[in-house]
Amino acid sequence: MSSATAIPSEIADVQWNGERLNYLNNGHGLKSWLLTKDHKRIAILYLISVSAFFILGGIFALLIRINLLVPQGEFPADTYDRLFTAHGVIMVFLFLVPAVPAILGNFLIPIMIGAKDLAFPKINLLSWYIYMLAGVILLYAIFAGGIDTGWTFYTPYSTSYSNSNVLLAGLGIFVAGFSSILTGINFIVTIHTMRAPGMTWFRLPLFVWAHYATALVIMLATPVLAITVSLMAIERVTHVGIFDPAMGGDPVLFQHMFWFYSHPAVYIMVLPAMGIVSELIANLSHKNIFGYKFIAMSSLAIGIFGFLVWGHHLFVSTQSVYLGLAFSFLSYVVAIPSAIKVFNWTATLFKGSISYDTPMLYGLGFIGLFLIGGMTGLFLAALGLDVQVHDTYFVIAHFHYVMVGGSLMGFLGGLHLWWGKMTGREYPEYWARAAMIIQFVGFNLTFFPQFILGYLGMPRRYASYPPEFQVLHVLSTAGASILGIGLGITIFYLLWSLKRGKRAAANPWGAPGLEWRTTSPPPTENFYETPVVTWEAYEFAPIETMEVLGYPGDPGRPTQPVHAEHGTED
Amino acid sequence: MSEHIVSKKTYYTVFLALLAGTALTVVMAFVNLHNWNIVVALLIAGAKASLVIAFFMHVKYSSKLTKMWVAVGFIWLFLLLAITMTDFLTRAWLVYKP
Ligand SMILES: [Cu+2]
Repeated sequence: MSSATAIPSEIADVQWNGERLNYLNNGHGLKSWLLTKDHKRIAILYLISVSAFFILGGIFALLIRINLLVPQGEFPADTYDRLFTAHGVIMVFLFLVPAVPAILGNFLIPIMIGAKDLAFPKINLLSWYIYMLAGVILLYAIFAGGIDTGWTFYTPYSTSYSNSNVLLAGLGIFVAGFSSILTGINFIVTIHTMRAPGMTWFRLPLFVWAHYATALVIMLATPVLAITVSLMAIERVTHVGIFDPAMGGDPVLFQHMFWFYSHPAVYIMVLPAMGIVSELIANLSHKNIFGYKFIAMSSLAIGIFGFLVWGHHLFVSTQSVYLGLAFSFLSYVVAIPSAIKVFNWTATLFKGSISYDTPMLYGLGFIGLFLIGGMTGLFLAALGLDVQVHDTYFVIAHFHYVMVGGSLMGFLGGLHLWWGKMTGREYPEYWARAAMIIQFVGFNLTFFPQFILGYLGMPRRYASYPPEFQVLHVLSTAGASILGIGLGITIFYLLWSLKRGKRAAANPWGAPGLEWRTTSPPPTENFYETPVVTWEAYEFAPIETMEVLGYPGDPGRPTQPVHAEHGTED
Repeated sequence: MSEHIVSKKTYYTVFLALLAGTALTVVMAFVNLHNWNIVVALLIAGAKASLVIAFFMHVKYSSKLTKMWVAVGFIWLFLLLAITMTDFLTRAWLVYKP
């Protein structure tokens, strides 16, 4: 970019990039990162570590798919048990639960509400160390012998029969839980007490509402997980009969307690992604979100009613049929607030001026795939049909449509939407769109055949299968390879963009949220002056009025955000 | 966030009440009330826990928001216990005996 100015463009560039000001270069060296109390830097620490675990979990997924290429299986059955358990444990506890809240929530919630940091910065850093400790324990459990129970640790197998690292894995999950509890406490206190002047509850971005509901679920559900794995450990070590019927225990009690956490945990994984989708649908349709209050309240409704449906995982156990009826009905009810969100997103798109940039592609992908995942969940919530498809690939396909099609699509959409804000660099749009489409095709090819496999009766967690299922399994493995390539491209160009990407503008999408009214990347204090909010959420105004608040200005550079072409030339 | 100073007298009174509750639990263990023994023991334990939460954990002197969150936690614990117990109570009511 050229402009008539006496200041050499190099200096202007340095200042525009905020070399003296932004959070990324405010302190150098490993120590400045490992002892930071800045929520933005902690978010970056989480981004690096969560991504590493995601890649590892993905490698285990590919090994599972390689095993299933041939009917008799490529690996011995007990190796296969360890592979799918490692995949499940890593993806659930080390990727899906912390991904959106600990990375994007951590980075954005204080900025979105106009605060300087979270309420408890040291506790925030502590939560990352606890997460890393849990990661180390789980890695040790996985690589020093493995775990063969599946990520659900059903008793009495896990307490009385398994010869694998059940205790260590239980400890890892116990520790990981405290990391998310600390994040949850931080979010709740921050949202209650640290909103900027004028930032009323109903001016909060929907991303913040979604995280409020998520934090509520985290704080109420995670302690039950800690109790459950503790009881499991007590039975395994001391042989006190809690869950094992041979010792007078009740195995279904374990399932009750486990799913009291793990069903709401689905919402810990998907609610924050829904918050992202609300943001990117509104911002890339350049239009006020349709039904703001309905979307905000549906997050809370999902958080609350999500606690009353856990028994749909127990339909084929000895759970009381009367309780099963109630759980089936309530599971149908909890679909309503999710549907409200989908309708409101669709209505927001209607007559919007839609940019088909990568975040929007991920948003549309989310809506389509989450819809399929949600609707097939209703199949599973039906008492009769569940007897046929319980513990088959139908279930696997269903929850991967929710977890990958929902959470991962939402996470990647959010990562692209805020990548420039977080790193100060733009991702390459062409490659990003191509990678998204490759992922979408690969994902559907992986998991759609699994619906058919499950309906035909292929059970989950089996290392071998009858030859007539091979065609569908090969299709699924082919899809997984394509999905893996698509994700690999994304990882590659995001890393590439850190050095070579264009400088990101303050407000590339012309969006009204507070995070767009500070520089990219933001200064350590987030804003140059305390923001006073006088506008409603998603109030799209002419671009000139949405300037960086209190920015001292760069000689030779505009203080207004640059809209055209998403930024300035490097 | 206001700090409320609780007098020593209050603390000792609560402590004595807790000791009395413990004594009562022991005494009731020797009275045969059949199924009701567990109910009585849980009621005494619940009362003692409430005293600890209200006075020792300062919830009595906290904001309404804090009180609401404490209540929410217990409502959730109640949901877990009550719904799970519903299973145990109605499991045997089968229409078709296997
Ligand atoms: Cu569920």
